[in-house]
Amino acid sequence: MNTTVQTEARPTRDQAVRQEYLLPNVNICETKDGYVLEAEMPGVTKDGLEITLEGNEISIVGHRQTEATSGELLFRERRLVDYRRVFELDPAIDTAKVSAKMEQGVLTLSLPKSERVKPRKIAVD
Amino acid sequence: MNSLIRWNKPDVATWPGFGRLTDLRDEIDRLFESPLTDLARTSQILSGWTPALDLYEDKDNFVVKAELPGMKREDIEVSLHEGSLSISGERKSEEKHADAEVYRTERFFGRFQRTVTLPTPVAAANVKAAYKDGVLTITLPKTEEAKPKQIEVNVN
Repeated sequence: MNTTVQTEARPTRDQAVRQEYLLPNVNICETKDGYVLEAEMPGVTKDGLEITLEGNEISIVGHRQTEATSGELLFRERRLVDYRRVFELDPAIDTAKVSAKMEQGVLTLSLPKSERVKPRKIAVD
Repeated sequence: MNSLIRWNKPDVATWPGFGRLTDLRDEIDRLFESPLTDLARTSQILSGWTPALDLYEDKDNFVVKAELPGMKREDIEVSLHEGSLSISGERKSEEKHADAEVYRTERFFGRFQRTVTLPTPVAAANVKAAYKDGVLTITLPKTEEAKPKQIEVNVN
């Protein structure tokens, strides 16, 4: 899994709080109707997702559910931090029609292109 | 002219090995940034998909948590053999985007396998596995003999 850590400094009053995020792995593809983005965020449910569209940027934040861990940790490979990734959008995308689906830790975002951008045949009278 | 969602040139992105190269650069960046405990993950760039897992122990059970997002329950196999727990399976990529141009493939697809050797014996019949939100949680109860016991000391 791509575990490059992205740190973000957010000043709150006098102190800067550094929030560590994990970059989720994504698959992006484009069809003639729009884009499909799949992001892997295991441990995140629908309620933990924050998807924000601002200008031409979409930011995806996944808050992990806090797990009740019983017992002693013997071996750790998972990073139990939240996920965050930001993408710049193609202006052809119709931001009002963006839809999201979350299943078994995979977020699938459908970003359809606006109708006027799709190739259209023009009939000649 | 347009600001695009595409980060890679299309012809490069469809090259089968390309995903691995971006992982290589990211893995090298990470090597210099993160603590030494993460070095174990670098073998992943050569061997394909190795899902991350954690192992916990309390007085009654071992708990293994593995991150396997986007799998179907029937494609995950869990088996226990002579004190070694083996998790394997295959993640099949959906073929629905046949005419699509692919810009990024960071997600792994295909077969994976992880094996964990447990330090003390477990009762195989009572092992439970649950798959939720892409995390597979396996609870392995210890056998009665393996649980820590207080031994009374008699002093004559």
